[in-house]
Amino acid sequence: MIRFHRVSKTYANGHIALKDTSFTINRGEFIFLTGHSGAGKSTVLKLLFGEQRPTSGDVRISNFLINEMKPDDVPRLRRKLGIVFQDFRLLEDRTASENVAFALEVTGARPDTIPARVMRVLTQVGLASKARAYPRELSGGEQQRVAIARALVNDPPVLLADEPTGNLDERATRGVFQLLKEINATGTIVVMATHDLDLVKSAGFRTIEMRGGEVAYDSGVDDKTASGAP
Amino acid sequence: MNLLTREALLSFRRAPLLSLLSITAIGFSLFAVALFLLVALNLNLALRGIEERVEIVAFVTRGTPAEAMTLTAQDMQSFPEVQTVEVVTSEDALVRAKTELVEFRDAYTDLQVNPLPASLEIRLKDGFRDASHVAAVAERAKGFEIVDDVRYGREWVERLDQLRNLAGIIGLTIGAAFGAVAIVIIGVTVRLTILQRAREIAIMRVVGATNWFIRGPFLLEGGIKGLVGGIMAVILALAAWSLFRSSLGSALDGIAFLSGSTMALLVLFGIAMGLGASLVSVGRHLQDV
Repeated sequence: MIRFHRVSKTYANGHIALKDTSFTINRGEFIFLTGHSGAGKSTVLKLLFGEQRPTSGDVRISNFLINEMKPDDVPRLRRKLGIVFQDFRLLEDRTASENVAFALEVTGARPDTIPARVMRVLTQVGLASKARAYPRELSGGEQQRVAIARALVNDPPVLLADEPTGNLDERATRGVFQLLKEINATGTIVVMATHDLDLVKSAGFRTIEMRGGEVAYDSGVDDKTASGAP
Repeated sequence: MNLLTREALLSFRRAPLLSLLSITAIGFSLFAVALFLLVALNLNLALRGIEERVEIVAFVTRGTPAEAMTLTAQDMQSFPEVQTVEVVTSEDALVRAKTELVEFRDAYTDLQVNPLPASLEIRLKDGFRDASHVAAVAERAKGFEIVDDVRYGREWVERLDQLRNLAGIIGLTIGAAFGAVAIVIIGVTVRLTILQRAREIAIMRVVGATNWFIRGPFLLEGGIKGLVGGIMAVILALAAWSLFRSSLGSALDGIAFLSGSTMALLVLFGIAMGLGASLVSVGRHLQDV
């Protein structure tokens, strides 16, 4: 479960990124986080993975209260999350399987369990046959699948995706989105920040639209309000 | 091979030139420190050689019997600062003057009466050869009844003291300066390596690696660079020392090289610098991101 309660965030340079923002995301939900650049989408994600702390308010994700978290708790939090970025963030000099294995190695997984776990997750994203390929040998869509595999390998209850289809063509976008839907279908919360309004409209998932650091529209709340209205 | 070692070694393989540059920088900085140590060591040895020649001469009143001189010499020998006391009779003094002062040999040969007084030559133990101890012993020697006059070349001893202090200060300053330069160079090269691997560090953080886990390979890498740089410095110093000796021939046969423990210290210093510089650089980077 994710809960933002009256969260404000002002950066050291004075930029106000979030103003009194509140929303709740329940287990198993797929959320689109939309809005123009600078609307506060990335700040929401950064608060969720402990890269930033709120200036005021509570940010809760699973059992972690971000605003009261000690620096030592950040790695523990991130092991419970899968994070995917627009630019994939793969290590160029390692193969697809090595990139995925890296996430297990740095978190101290038992070495004998790593190969099987890596293959399982590469199979899940449809890249078992390209386990030995380097990122440069893969298409953009395939690279993002490797990044998703790396995010999934620790079986996180929450997957955060910051513009995961931003660098992909339409076909690859559809493929990656389909994969995220499948992941969500297993019970994982997926929070996807995106500019792709066509994708948002066609998918029909709950959408939180940010504008000027505030929640301008939350389909989960507003639609219920609308349907409940006389 | 565990992840820590693999990541540290991978960094050498990925950026061989940068690693070579780091090791060379460390090696040459420590080489400068080693050269300074060599100069300091040999200067110290030379000063000790001069110091050993520091002596106090207590001239004995004419006509003092030999037994009285021997008894006084025994008394002086019991001073805690004194190493040896040699009784030089006036005859001994004349013989010595004839052999050592060749120019005046003729003058001494024609003498009817021996003009040279008997004396007690006092040498001090190592560690008591500075101006204040020499002056204190001279003062006590003067108190003996048979002693007429005491000489010890006050100015010369004081100057030796100054020289020793000056050598110490210059040595420490130069050593500290080279040490600081070495630390800065290691810090910069480690920082370059870190910037080169910033992406990898960012990924490590995102997937939940702890800061100590991230520091590990860099610390190991810095330590290895320090170790190799230290060994390189010792080899360079040994080469420079051999070259210096062979080019100057037998005149400098007595020139000494660093002891085993000093060489080990130099290498340990290199490792400590490598670790320290890595720790600071990674710490700063982890704070920045």
